[in-house]
Amino acid sequence: MSGAALAVDGGRLTRVDPLGVVLVSAGALALAFMPFVLFKANRIVPGDPRTLAQVLPAWAGLGCAAVLVAAAVVALWVANARVRLAVALLGVIAVALAAAAAGDALTPAGDKVVRVSPGGAFWVLSVCLGLLATDATTRLKPGPALRVLFLAAALGGVSVALSHGTFDHLSVMREYAVNSVRFAHEARQHLKLAFGSLAAAVVAGLPLGVLCHRSPRLRPGILATLNVIETIPAIALFGILMAPLGALAAAVPLADRLGIRGIGAAPAVVALFLYSLLPIVANTVTGLKRVSRAAVEAAHGMGMTGWQVLTKVELILALPVILTGVRVVLVQNIGMVTVAALIGGGGLGAFVFQGIGQTAIDLVLLGAIPIVTLAFSAALVLDALVEVLDRVKA
Amino acid sequence: MITVEKLTKCYGGATVVDDVSLTVERNSITAIVGTSGSGKSTLLRMINRLVEPTSGRVLLDGRDTRDEPAYLLRRRIGYVIQGNGLFPHRTVAENIATVPRLLGWEARRIEARVRELLEVFSLDPVTYSDALPHQLSGGQQQRVGVARALAAEPLVLLMDEPFGALDPIIRAKAQEDLLDIQRRFGMTVVLVTHDMDEAFRLGSQVAVMSGGRLLQYDRPAVLLTRPADPFVARMTGLADRAMRLLSLVTAGEAALPGPSDGPAVAPTASLREVLSDLLWSGADSARVVEADGSVRGRLTVAAILARGRP
Repeated sequence: MSGAALAVDGGRLTRVDPLGVVLVSAGALALAFMPFVLFKANRIVPGDPRTLAQVLPAWAGLGCAAVLVAAAVVALWVANARVRLAVALLGVIAVALAAAAAGDALTPAGDKVVRVSPGGAFWVLSVCLGLLATDATTRLKPGPALRVLFLAAALGGVSVALSHGTFDHLSVMREYAVNSVRFAHEARQHLKLAFGSLAAAVVAGLPLGVLCHRSPRLRPGILATLNVIETIPAIALFGILMAPLGALAAAVPLADRLGIRGIGAAPAVVALFLYSLLPIVANTVTGLKRVSRAAVEAAHGMGMTGWQVLTKVELILALPVILTGVRVVLVQNIGMVTVAALIGGGGLGAFVFQGIGQTAIDLVLLGAIPIVTLAFSAALVLDALVEVLDRVKA
Repeated sequence: MITVEKLTKCYGGATVVDDVSLTVERNSITAIVGTSGSGKSTLLRMINRLVEPTSGRVLLDGRDTRDEPAYLLRRRIGYVIQGNGLFPHRTVAENIATVPRLLGWEARRIEARVRELLEVFSLDPVTYSDALPHQLSGGQQQRVGVARALAAEPLVLLMDEPFGALDPIIRAKAQEDLLDIQRRFGMTVVLVTHDMDEAFRLGSQVAVMSGGRLLQYDRPAVLLTRPADPFVARMTGLADRAMRLLSLVTAGEAALPGPSDGPAVAPTASLREVLSDLLWSGADSARVVEADGSVRGRLTVAAILARGRP
């Protein structure tokens, strides 16, 4: 591609998009030298590589190739961000549908043993097109509402495709079909752990942050303690918590019956809660410090009670900064809950670790893809919220 | 009427306000002047109990201000600070409605009051009600700050360097507005400033503070002609005290009967302005002419100069 560019348009070489050159080269190399899908006669045997041309019916192959060539041309020479975004999204859809079609084509009717998983070329193309879309989005600078709408549309499109059975012959969905009941349970557990520890951290962290703000004497001690907790590795913290929680369960039968034991969800929630405190407390302190002193003084001077000054002026004005802390915690928790599966806490991490144990990469993906999607969506929605709130009071 | 009795405030070992007593007459403007660190702001903040006194007390119309919770007291006292302290997340109308809402006024009454105040402060309600403070100019923000303080019709208005953040032209306009509004609503104003010109311009009484002590509390003319203390004399400005004295008297007050072919001046002009006019035009006297064109009298240079002596 870039060679052709030199020959055709050497005089205006500077107009070739540098990011486009990198992405197109990576995509082309991957298509040429890496398998698009891996065909496995069953779940255990190593995969047999197949390229895009080998697996697709002629019309579908041509369609996909046409979209990819168009994407490459646009990535290299078209500066208009809207066009770049549209073409990148078309490319992602084409690649996803091609993988689905490959699954359909390679799976004999009624067969439940054969596995078709996406190969290197699929992943590289997806990443390249994803980067192209991200770059175009950044250039477009969409408003917060538009970004959330965009996310909703993307998630909606994916769920329609999933419920329609478009990807049913791909290995990840095969794993899902086998584990669907457990998947729903672990997904719920994952959300419960992530949001539960976040809620607990907000309930405890907000007052702690206000206390730090009001009492400069306590502030260094509290923040230093939370900082130290933050540096303990997750696995180590689980281990540290096992002993006291185990002892508690042994001493207090009620605690045991409530599920508070050395292993399981309890140490996971406690550990996540402890990790969540620092961002919440630190951001509450920063947010409150940022509030105009004159506004607080005026609020007191006009006869608001201490509680009214805190809730109607200080916390409201600090909210964007506090929410930034919530965003950090939520994304961090969604990721860290994964590790909770190691101590029997459940969550989507269960699939990840089970998959690692069985060297079943599809099972790992069944856990990992929803985790990444959740974290990404949470970050996007909260970022949009912070931006809206910040704009109102800026 | 505000009665301050032997008010003292100590922080640790430092005495910030030292045994201050003074009485502020109803419906007047009193200016408290002092250098920074003189304790003038602390004195003001003890009136609405943002600072609790170490000893002494404040009476509001004879009632001890400690008879009710501080936040209830403050709802009856308007408070304006430097940099206005508007709530950035609330609209202009919501800012002005703060105290009426705290007092639980009916929505219709609040709305009418907000509209009235916006009009008084020449802010078009349609344009400005729903604007956020950051969308206003500095002068407009300051006016909204005063409107907010007056929303619940307080009998007392405390102002802590209210015009400190404004540029000179807007500042002069804001001072003018304050005088108009005080005449219109008739509240008692206590204003803290470090600017002696502002104090003389606005205050019917001026209190001079230094090192936490009240050095002198009197009418501006008395401060100029009989300073109680060398510091007061320095604050009021030894070099141009005669000119300051002239600026306290209006042409209308000083006009004497007699004809004059000199320039026409308004009765509201200060003698300082008239003298400047006469120096500039080279005339010996000015005609004091009312707004309706009738001649009130004349002012000769000699008569003006006589007013500039203690």
